[in-house]
Amino acid sequence: MVTGILKRGEYFDSVSLMLIAKKISELEIVLDSAAVMGTPENKSMLQTSGLLTDELQNASDMDLMIAYKCNSQNESDLISKKINELFKKSDNTNKSSGSLNPSSLESAIKILPDANLAMISVAGKYAGDEAMKALKNGLNVILFSDNVSIEKEIELKNFAKEKGLFVMGPDCGTAIINGVPLAFANVVNRGNIGIVAASGTGLQEVSCLISNSGCGIFQAIGTGGRDVKKEVGGIMFLEGIKALAEDKNTEVILLVSKPPADEVIIKIIELVNKIEKPVVGVFLNASIELLKQSKINIARTLEEGAMLAVVHSRKENIGKVYDDLESQFSELQTIAGKESAKLNKTQKYVRALFSGGTFCDETQMFFQHIDEDVFSNTPVGKVKKLKDIWKSEKHTIIDLGDDEFTVGKPHPMIDYSTRNKRILAETNDPETAVILLDIVLGYGSNMNPLAEIVPVIKEVKELTLQQKRHLPIVCSVTGTDKDPQNRTTVAAALKAEGVLVMESNAAASKLAKFLIERRVKRNE
Amino acid sequence: MNKLFENELKVINIGLKSFKETLDEQNVQSVQVDWKPPLISDSTLFDVIRINSDKIETANKEAVKRILNSKPVLTGMGKAIDVIPGMKKNLLLHAGPPVAWDKMCGPMKGAVIGALIYEGFAKTFEEAEKVATSGKIEFSPCHEHATVGPMAGIVSPSMPVFILENEEFGNKAFCTMNEGLGKVLRYGAYDESVIERLRWMENVLYPSLKKAIEKIGKIDLKNIIAQALHMGDEVHNRNRAATSLLYRTLAPEIVNQNEKENAISVLNFINSNDHFFLNLSMGVSKVSLDAARNIENSSIVVVMARNGTEFGIQLSGTGDKWFTGISPIPEALYFTGYTKGDANPDIGDSSITETNGLGGFAIAASPAIVQFVGGSTNDAVNYTLKMYEITAAENNIYKIPYLNFRGTPTGIDVIKVIEKNILPFIDTGVAHKNAGIGQIGAGVLEAPVDPFKKAFIGFANQLKNS
Repeated sequence: MVTGILKRGEYFDSVSLMLIAKKISELEIVLDSAAVMGTPENKSMLQTSGLLTDELQNASDMDLMIAYKCNSQNESDLISKKINELFKKSDNTNKSSGSLNPSSLESAIKILPDANLAMISVAGKYAGDEAMKALKNGLNVILFSDNVSIEKEIELKNFAKEKGLFVMGPDCGTAIINGVPLAFANVVNRGNIGIVAASGTGLQEVSCLISNSGCGIFQAIGTGGRDVKKEVGGIMFLEGIKALAEDKNTEVILLVSKPPADEVIIKIIELVNKIEKPVVGVFLNASIELLKQSKINIARTLEEGAMLAVVHSRKENIGKVYDDLESQFSELQTIAGKESAKLNKTQKYVRALFSGGTFCDETQMFFQHIDEDVFSNTPVGKVKKLKDIWKSEKHTIIDLGDDEFTVGKPHPMIDYSTRNKRILAETNDPETAVILLDIVLGYGSNMNPLAEIVPVIKEVKELTLQQKRHLPIVCSVTGTDKDPQNRTTVAAALKAEGVLVMESNAAASKLAKFLIERRVKRNE
Repeated sequence: MNKLFENELKVINIGLKSFKETLDEQNVQSVQVDWKPPLISDSTLFDVIRINSDKIETANKEAVKRILNSKPVLTGMGKAIDVIPGMKKNLLLHAGPPVAWDKMCGPMKGAVIGALIYEGFAKTFEEAEKVATSGKIEFSPCHEHATVGPMAGIVSPSMPVFILENEEFGNKAFCTMNEGLGKVLRYGAYDESVIERLRWMENVLYPSLKKAIEKIGKIDLKNIIAQALHMGDEVHNRNRAATSLLYRTLAPEIVNQNEKENAISVLNFINSNDHFFLNLSMGVSKVSLDAARNIENSSIVVVMARNGTEFGIQLSGTGDKWFTGISPIPEALYFTGYTKGDANPDIGDSSITETNGLGGFAIAASPAIVQFVGGSTNDAVNYTLKMYEITAAENNIYKIPYLNFRGTPTGIDVIKVIEKNILPFIDTGVAHKNAGIGQIGAGVLEAPVDPFKKAFIGFANQLKNS
C-alpha cells in the first residue's frame, strides 16, 4: 500500500529532505519512498514511481510531500511515527562550535603559543623527527617512544643542549616537572628534592618512597636508560644535574641509574664536586670504586637512596638511615624465619616476576652473591642468562616488561595476563620457595590492579592447599595514596589475601633472600 | 640554561591520549595533537625536502602571495574559437587531466557527442561517435588552455565563454555559461532539448550578457565571492547568494541593452539557476591560481581536476606535468531513486575552487549545506579547520563569519598533505555514470592519495636533480 503525508507550508531545503528520505528508505519495512517539496516536477516523479496519492496531487510548491510503500496499515502507522521522529530530530541538530584537535605540532603551537614541553609517544620510527621539530620550536621534549636509534638520540640531545632544552628519553617512562607528574608517574608530594634518573621504575620507586615518608619532589628529570652509556655520554643526565643545581626549589639532588659508563661517572663526579647542594646517588650494580672519590652520598639500593635524600631534605643526621635499615633487617629476619619454617623440603628457589625493569636489576644485585645459580632474561653481574624465558631455572628473576615478553601486548604494568599465567606456572613447580612480585601504581598503570592480581593469588592459595604446601608471596607496591589507585587500599587488600606486602622492592628482595638463606640453613 | 623550571608547564601531547587526560586532571594546560604517520615512508625524500626547506618556503610564499593578490574581474565575453588560446575548429576541451576517447567515462562521452552535434560535425549519436573516434577531432584539457569547465567540462569552438582578467598579473581565464540543472551537456546529455538550449544560449543569452557586461565595463568577482561567503555560499556546491549578487549587478544593463522579450528570458534563465555563478567562481579560481604557476621550487598545488576517470593535480614548481590517480566515487546524498551504484567517479574542473581556498575548504561558511558533510555545522567547521593544516596561508579576502572572519585555508602545500596524512576535502555534485541522465546527488570526498604521492615524489626528485 502507498501512504502519502502532506505537510502544508513546511519548507525544508532539499538537502535536509534527501537526508530524511535516506533514513526513511533505510527502514526495513519500507519498500519505496520519497520526501520532496510539492513542485510539479516532483509530483510527476512521484507519479512515475507510483507514489503520488490523491492527497499529494493537491500539494503546492511550498508543501512537503512524503510518500512511502509498505505491506500493511500497521506498518504504515509505524513508519509514520518514525518519520515524525526524524523530523523532530532534524530540528535539534548539534549547534556547538567546531572543535578539532590540531594534526601537527606547528598547529598546536598556534593554539598554545607559550607551550614549553612536547610529550611524544608516536612510533619510534617517527618520534625522532617529531622531537627535532619540537626542539626547533623551542620546546623541551619527553620522548616516551622507544625504538629511536642511538644516532638520533645523540643528535637530538646535542641539539637540545645547545639550545638549553631537555630531551628526556627516548624510552623515558616518567618525569615530574614543576610538581606535575607526567606519563607513567605517581602523584607525589611537592618538596625540596630534585631527581635525575636514567631509570623509569627507579624514578617512580624513589619518588614514592620519598613522598610516603612525608618529604617531596618538585622536579624529576628522566633521561632514558641509554643516556648514561658511553655513546651518548650522559648529555642529559649532566644537563639535568646542572639544572637542579640552579633550581631554587631544589635543595637536595638524588641521582638514580643503572651503572653509567666509566667516562660518564667521571663527568658526573666532576660536575657534582662543584655543586654545593647535597647529592645522593643510586647507581645499581655499579662498582663503587670510582664513586668513592666523589662527594656523592652513595646508596646501594633505591630505598636507601630515598632514605638518604629524605634525611638531607630534613637536615637530619645520616646515621638515622643506617639505624632504620638495621631495625628493618631484624624485622625482615623475623618474618623470614616464620615463613621458611612452613616450607617443604622440595621448595628451594625464588621466582621473581617483575613488571618494572629496574626492580629486576635491583633484585639480581641482592641474589648474585648467593652460592647457587641465578638466572634472568636480563642478567646483570654474576647472574646467568635464561635459556628459555618462558621456563624458570633454579633462582629466576624476570623482567616481564622486556621486549621479548611485550611483542604485540601492552606493558605488564597495564596488562597483567602474562605474569598471572607465570605466577600459576611457578606455583605448580614444587621447587618454588617464594614468589616475588612488584605492583606499580600511578598514572599510566592499570587503574584497577586488585581486579587483576587478587583472583590469581586466591588460585595460588587453593593450588598450594591441594598440594599441601605453603608458598609465600612477597610483593612491593610502588605508589602513593594520592595515586588514583591509592596505595593503602591496594596494600591492605593484598595483605588480606596473605601477601607479604613490603614498602620497597629492596625490602621485598631482602625478605625473599633471607627466606632462601634460612631455608638452606634449615635443610643443612 | 634551561628555563623549563621557571615557567608554568604547558604541554603539547603528540601520541597517547591518556597522557593528555592525566594533564587535564591536574589542570595543566595542554593541547592534543591528532598525529598520523606520513603518507610516504621513504625518509630520503624528506631529507631532500629538509635540505631545501628555505628555498621551498621562499617559493611557496611567492606562490601564495600571487594567489592572494590576484584581482579577478569579469571583462567580457567571446566565442571560444576567438578568445581561448590554442582553440581550433576540430578541438574539444574537457575537464580534468588528459584523457583519450576510449578511456572517457559515460557523461564525458555523452558531452562530446552533444558538442559534436552542436558544432554540426554530426547529426546523430552514431555519426558523432564515428567522428569522435575518427582521429579528426582532438581533445585537450581545459586547464591547458586557461579554461575551466564543470563536470564533463566540454568546451567546443562555437561556444560563448566569459573572459576573466587578473588585473594584478595580466593573465586571463575562460569558462562557459552554466546551463542549469536537469538534462544538460555537462552531465553528458545530448538530446534535442540540450542542443536547443545551447543554441539559445549562443543566440540570445550570450549577446544579451555580452552587451550588458560591456556597458558595465568590468565586474569585480572576487568581491562578489567575498560577500557570498558571508551569505552562506561556499561557491562550489552552493552558489545561490553569488548568483543573486551577480543578477543584481547585471539586471539593469540586461534590461537597458536588450529588447524586452530577450531581457525577460535572460533574467528568468539566470534567476532559475542557483548554480549560474559556479562557472565564474571556477574561472576566478583558475585565473588566480594560474598567476602562481611555474615558480621554481614551489610545492603549492595550482590545479586539482577530474575527468571522471582520473583525478589529476599540478604543482607550481613542476610546470605542466600532471600527477594522476584513479578518480574516486563521492560519498553522497542521492536524489530519490538513485544510489551509489549509479554514480560516476568524481568529475569536473570545479575542484579548482578548493584549490583556491573555496568550496569544501570554505564549507564552514555554508551552514545551509552541512547535511552533505555529516549533518551538523560542527562537522562543516571541522572540515574547514582541518584544511588549515595543509595550506600555506589564510585568505586575505575570503573570510568565514563563523570562525570570527578567519580567512579561508588557501594554497594547498603537497608537502603538508604528505607529511600530515591529510587529503584535500572537496564538496561536489555527483553525475550519473550513464550519459545524459544528469546530476543524481551531491556529496563530499577526500582527494585520492596517488596524485599527491606522485606529485611529492616528482617534486622531491626534481629538487634532488637540480
